[in-house]
Amino acid sequence: MSLAENLRLALEGLRANKMRAVLTMLGIIIGIAAVIGILTVGDGLSGSITGTMSSFGASTVSVSLQAKESGLDSMSSSMLGFAAPEEDDLITEEMIEELRKRLGAEIEYVSLTESVGSGQVKDGHLYANVSVTGVNEEYFDANEVDLLAGRFLQSKDMDGERNTCVVSDKLVNNMFGGDAEAALGSEVSVDRGGERLRFRVVGVYEYEASIMNISMAAEEDISTSLYIPVSTAKHLSGAADGYSNITVIASDDADSAVVAAEVESFLSRYYRTNEDYTIFAMSMDSVIESVNVVMDRLSIAISVIAAISLLVGGIGVMNIMLVSVTERTREIGTRKALGATNGNIRIQFVVESMIICLVGGIIGIILGAILGYVGSSLLDAPAFPTLGSIVLAVGFSLAVGVFFGYYPANKAACMDPIEALRYE
Amino acid sequence: METGRQLIRMRGIVKRFYIGQPNELEILHGIDLDVREGEFVSIVGASGSGKSTLMNLIGALDRPTRGSYWLDGTVIEDADDQELSGIRNRKIGFVFQNFNLISRTNAQRNVELPMMYAGIGARERAERAKALLEMVGMGDRMTHQPNELSGGQKQRVAIARAMANDPAIILADEPTGALDSKTGRLVMDLFHRLNREQGKTIVLITHNSELAQETSRVLTMRDGMLEHTAEGGADDVTG
Repeated sequence: MSLAENLRLALEGLRANKMRAVLTMLGIIIGIAAVIGILTVGDGLSGSITGTMSSFGASTVSVSLQAKESGLDSMSSSMLGFAAPEEDDLITEEMIEELRKRLGAEIEYVSLTESVGSGQVKDGHLYANVSVTGVNEEYFDANEVDLLAGRFLQSKDMDGERNTCVVSDKLVNNMFGGDAEAALGSEVSVDRGGERLRFRVVGVYEYEASIMNISMAAEEDISTSLYIPVSTAKHLSGAADGYSNITVIASDDADSAVVAAEVESFLSRYYRTNEDYTIFAMSMDSVIESVNVVMDRLSIAISVIAAISLLVGGIGVMNIMLVSVTERTREIGTRKALGATNGNIRIQFVVESMIICLVGGIIGIILGAILGYVGSSLLDAPAFPTLGSIVLAVGFSLAVGVFFGYYPANKAACMDPIEALRYE
Repeated sequence: METGRQLIRMRGIVKRFYIGQPNELEILHGIDLDVREGEFVSIVGASGSGKSTLMNLIGALDRPTRGSYWLDGTVIEDADDQELSGIRNRKIGFVFQNFNLISRTNAQRNVELPMMYAGIGARERAERAKALLEMVGMGDRMTHQPNELSGGQKQRVAIARAMANDPAIILADEPTGALDSKTGRLVMDLFHRLNREQGKTIVLITHNSELAQETSRVLTMRDGMLEHTAEGGADDVTG
């Protein structure tokens, strides 16, 4: 008998009990939809994270203080209640200068930041949410910020601790009706917890949404960075001179991992006698790598859960197939009397089980694709299931069909035709 | 008609069940049976006489414990399951008391089934199924599902199905048992017509001696033995 005939036989068998077939499929549908959905969201997320990371540039090396005892970096250790680094522990301007001299052409930029906090720019009823961030002049090139109008902050802004700022196009939309030229030279007043800070706008940059500043807020409420000179920021925040972390951008022809090692070993010399802190430098390459490792592990964990849910679905299929075989005992006896071989009967039921699983798998893939797309879109990283995951899902459902359909089918095939014909 | 080719030849057929167990049971104690091509033989017997067991053996649904059975030149007693399936498919046309049509599939597909298992192509199957259904007077109900047919109609479809692979014998097990006497009559007439017009060899198993009397030869099962009790009167043949 041909495949087409077996398919037709199986479909006739399933048509008799549509509701049951659909309910049986449900287990497979849910299993496959969950896997495809989660894998798709994961794919989107991982793509977006590595994308964001890469947009920082694979050449980015982040350098931070690390507590010697805990092995944590300064930020985590302070969050966990360890002693925060004191002024003596911080990376100083001098160290950075020495570092530049030492590594020379290997370093493209050193980007420094100092967060002042978030606040609101207000002018009458107009407002815009901002986070005020002090940056040095190299920050803009290091982070590939796109300038729309005016200029970036420059060394004269730093040296003079000037109250100049670079604002986002979003802020310009909110405050100046989108007119960047009108914004340039204007003064913005930032309300930071009652305190009023005034800055003169010298430049407008293009705001880019990314996974790092993901926001569920309405368009006009999105908080954007308002960049001020890092020296001004230090002054405002009253923070100690020095930095607990800096970002070094390796030049294009330098290997960022090598630069990271060199930066770490160079700066660590300043900390040889420091009891609490040392320097930890990591290239973005290795961060991306570790993100990928985490994502891969997540995928494996999800696959295991998926395998369990498909196992449960498969047992459901086997259960129903066993019921179906028992119910159709007389039919099996009749078919055998008419000349069906054991093989004919076995294939008929295996194909039925495969069709249940295949159709369930396909519905699951469609549902999973929808779920995955919606889910990943909510996370601002829209993605569709990959061809590989679809092929895998189809293959897996068929395998479940064969595996769990075989036992009932074999039971049917091995029935004694006399007993089967006599079955009431 | 008894001058026809020998189709069934059974010698010393013994059938035991539960062999080797305390409740071992011998149902058939050594049956000899000869059926020639073109005969319409009936086997009658009370329930428990071993009638059904004999029918299962004739129909190649089972193998004898001892004895030999040739069916249309094929040795049955040594055949394996696969071979038995083939023998049933090509040489035997079953007609059951309760029709045993496959529900959900229409009359034509039911008639096609034995041909499908014989590996006959779809177009040839369809043509032959149509011809057979027309022959049994069901030409206008080919696409009906079994549950849309009356008992007599179902049995006619079943007879068309039994004829599908042009088998050596038609083995009918109480074919009128589930029908009222009028439709039963029509079914019996159909058997007579097949026997007369197409020379089909028919073995009818029944407990209804009236029906049996219509056939050319009546055999009676009693306590696992076969007795030639009477010659049927219908064809006026002498034994």
